[in-house]
Amino acid sequence: MKDLKASGLDAPSFYLPGDFNMNKNILEMKNITKVFPGVKALNNVNFHVVSGEIHALVGENGAGKSTLMNVLSGIYSHGQYTGEIIFQGKECIFKDIKDSEKMGIVIIHQELAMVPYLSIGENIFLGNERAKAGIINWDSTHVESEKFLKRVGLKEDTHTLIKDIGVGKQQLVEIAKALSKNVKLLILDEPTAALNEEDSENLLKLLMEMKKDGITSILISHKLNEVLKVADSVTVLCDGSTIETLKKGDSLISEDRIIKGMVGRELVDRYPKHVSKKGEVYFEVKDWNVYHPFIDGKKIIKDVNIKVHRGEIVGISGLMGSGRTEFALSVFGKAYGRNISGSILKEGKKLQIKNIRHAIKNGLAYVTEDRKTAGLILMQDIKNNISLPSLDKVSKQNVISENEEIKVAENYRKNLNIKSPSVFQKVCNLSGGNQQKVVLGKWIFSDPDVLILDEPTRGIDVGAKYEIYTIINNLADQGKSIIFISSELPEVLGVCDRIYVMNEGRIVGELDRKDASQESIMKCIIRYS
Amino acid sequence: METIKSGKSNPMRKEKVLIIILNNLVGFLKNNIGKYAMLIALGLIIIFFQIRTEGRLLLPMNVTNLILQNGYVLILAIGMVLCILSGGNIDLSVGAVCAFIGGVTGTLIVNMKMDMVSAIIIALLIGAAIGAWQGFWIAYVRIPSFIVTLAGMLIFRGLNTYWLKGLTLSPFPKKFQQISAGFIPDIFSGFELDLNVTALMAGFVIALIYTGLQIKKRLDRKKQNLKCPMIFLFVIKLMLVVAVIMGFSYLLAQHKGIPIVLVIIGTLILIYHFFTLKTVPGRYIYAMGGNEKAAKLSGINTNKVLFLTYVNMGVLASIAGIVFTSRLNAASPQAGVNFELDAIAACFIGGASAYGGVGTVVGAIIGALVMGVLNNGMSISNVDSAIQMAVKGFVLLMAVAFDVLSKKKLSQ
Ligand SMILES: Nc1ncnc2c1ncn2[C@@H]1O[C@H](COP(=O)(O)OP(=O)(O)OP(=O)(O)O)[C@@H](O)[C@H]1O
Ligand SMILES: [Mg+2]
Repeated sequence: MKDLKASGLDAPSFYLPGDFNMNKNILEMKNITKVFPGVKALNNVNFHVVSGEIHALVGENGAGKSTLMNVLSGIYSHGQYTGEIIFQGKECIFKDIKDSEKMGIVIIHQELAMVPYLSIGENIFLGNERAKAGIINWDSTHVESEKFLKRVGLKEDTHTLIKDIGVGKQQLVEIAKALSKNVKLLILDEPTAALNEEDSENLLKLLMEMKKDGITSILISHKLNEVLKVADSVTVLCDGSTIETLKKGDSLISEDRIIKGMVGRELVDRYPKHVSKKGEVYFEVKDWNVYHPFIDGKKIIKDVNIKVHRGEIVGISGLMGSGRTEFALSVFGKAYGRNISGSILKEGKKLQIKNIRHAIKNGLAYVTEDRKTAGLILMQDIKNNISLPSLDKVSKQNVISENEEIKVAENYRKNLNIKSPSVFQKVCNLSGGNQQKVVLGKWIFSDPDVLILDEPTRGIDVGAKYEIYTIINNLADQGKSIIFISSELPEVLGVCDRIYVMNEGRIVGELDRKDASQESIMKCIIRYS
Repeated sequence: METIKSGKSNPMRKEKVLIIILNNLVGFLKNNIGKYAMLIALGLIIIFFQIRTEGRLLLPMNVTNLILQNGYVLILAIGMVLCILSGGNIDLSVGAVCAFIGGVTGTLIVNMKMDMVSAIIIALLIGAAIGAWQGFWIAYVRIPSFIVTLAGMLIFRGLNTYWLKGLTLSPFPKKFQQISAGFIPDIFSGFELDLNVTALMAGFVIALIYTGLQIKKRLDRKKQNLKCPMIFLFVIKLMLVVAVIMGFSYLLAQHKGIPIVLVIIGTLILIYHFFTLKTVPGRYIYAMGGNEKAAKLSGINTNKVLFLTYVNMGVLASIAGIVFTSRLNAASPQAGVNFELDAIAACFIGGASAYGGVGTVVGAIIGALVMGVLNNGMSISNVDSAIQMAVKGFVLLMAVAFDVLSKKKLSQ
């Protein structure tokens, strides 16, 4: 009797999974601590998510956002961290990702994880095949994936291979895959980092729609404007601890407010003030034409002419897929394309660049947009990555001086503020933003005259972005010519002295800083497409 | 004065120091278990066979034989680990190339009576040419190494058998046999001792140089304020290595001294250890194996690196072929069967990653020694050769499984 009474008293906090009301926490993570060798990634983190909301998780690079979500989704199994996870009122101990998926927690990682040579349908049911007795039922696979594609609003044949659709659509397929697993809590780790405006917009809309269906989501993003657009609450993580949770409706919640929570101080300007000391014309690309490497007769870059002055930051703006990366790569030692024609001039002299080695020797550097697959040797340490393109600077007669190498790397680790215990840390153990800084350091060390930056702030937090802009400005002040490729219009407008607009492999506009605005850039693109 | 006093008057101090040392030791072992695991395993295997063979494994004669009989695996493993580093590429043709080079030297020396040095130079050039042939298809045409070298295995085995008409060429002149059967002459042989003093002296000098280099490295690191392991651990490690070097040279001294093969192998190990860790081309191989696309975009001509890796493999295979032919004192169509498997196994036992970018020359050597000790230990204890094969297979699997598991543990 006594027992019953006691439990009766507790009744309000005692409920069955499933019948929640909207204000209940679907997830409570309590005192989560996770230590890597040499790094305390999470320190007593508390994180609560209300059922049915979109909850944004923000914080600087390396704050521990991805790690926290990896703990939640069972990637780090119980025992590798300490603390409690309570999901739908029950304490959960996940041994692996399968366990958490069974409960309806699905994570979509910072890097998409799909099989490029399998079809959309196959990818949706990968690991969860529509099969009886081990024999796959292809009809039901495709019929059912069709249904999920409809829900995410993607009009593609389910037989299309993943490699043949763009990143935006791939992202939607990932969400369709999550839906197929009967998702209750969807975790998205920087889903829009690699998407263009339109695709990002679609994705966010989809999140709002899923919210109506009662699906809770956690959104990790460095794009605070979209966080404000969709999130009901925002939790700020800093150095592995929860700083605060802001709720919508609080008058406090604004971009500046969030930034203050993240970096611990007010960030007055998003872009450092900078007046370029523009010199004479330094670098020119003339009548540049490039053909597709495999498809015969397909022209990718068409009659491009650009010039950059000494000390000038020139932006190349455009939509994703407009050919900017291809252009940059083809200039950088013919790293892309076939039948390349046109000329490259430095200080009015024609350069003969046959390969990437030549390009580097001639003072060119290209910071890739895709740091994991093209920028870094992930299994090696910071030091080896930074010295790689310029080993001749730390070696004599081909013998590397390790001391010299360490000194150089340590220097960049400090100046670029790379968060890691030492330069001997393997790059794969760094957070996304810090990896980007390593790529940047690597190319700054090669001491180029012309630095081509391709989406250099992708996946980077506001504070670090500011640092990177400052670094870029300093390089320009040293008299280097900078080509800055970015899909984020505000950034291009904030950083560049002059902007070329590219569309479908053509330069469709050239704007001076004072004439440039989001509208004028978009106008150029629309006029020519 | 005071510090000494307070140290004595406080008995807690000593315990604390002990605890710190113990903690350090445990931490060190934990962090380096992957690095030293195979060395420890090698030690355990040696102890096991030492007991099993009632002490015969480490008899001076058997230790010398261990080097002589397994010299070829050690040489091949060095070349193979470079191929594996460059991106998980392997070379299945090395056994056939060894036999082919045997045939070449046999023809040149036994049939054509050519002088030894010219014959060896020609053999090495042919080895390089074979490497270039395979490297061309692998690096420039981008046919998977597995397929190119499988073809190479058939091609060179077939050509050699055809060339020798299925017969064995022999005998070689004494001088050529000396490559594998010879020893460094004892300069101190005047003494009435049953010991080869040269071998002892060599061991001593090597131990001295090693100690000097280690101390210099430590001081260098200290000067730059880099973290070093505790002095206590440093000394233990140093003493262990010195003890092994001295013990080994003592064993050699009790038999016939330093085999010439050991000098060849030692030189190769030194050169390639230095090459992989300290030189620019060495770094390129690691970079390419780690991420070829990133390496390319950093200005590395990855095709050339891959090509040269195979040329190098061809040369090393030809050195191994010469050593082996000299030991057999014959060029035979059946020579070198399964050599490639021993060499590949040695690399993986030694911690190389099958995807490339991870591994060391020293690791491969340790792996090759594991294979060698297994070979000899089992032969001495009269294990059936069929069972020997099965055991080696099992050890390979366990070694790699252990490696994979210990790395997984570390990364979490
Ligand atoms: N496997 C690992 N080994 C060692 N350290 C790690 C490992 N994974 C992450 N870390 C460290 O833990 C910290 C948190 O990393 P995490 O990836 O969670 O950051 P993040 O908030 O997601 O950053 P970003 O916005 O850059 O993606 C970083 O300092 C990182 O270097
Ligand atoms: Mg992250």
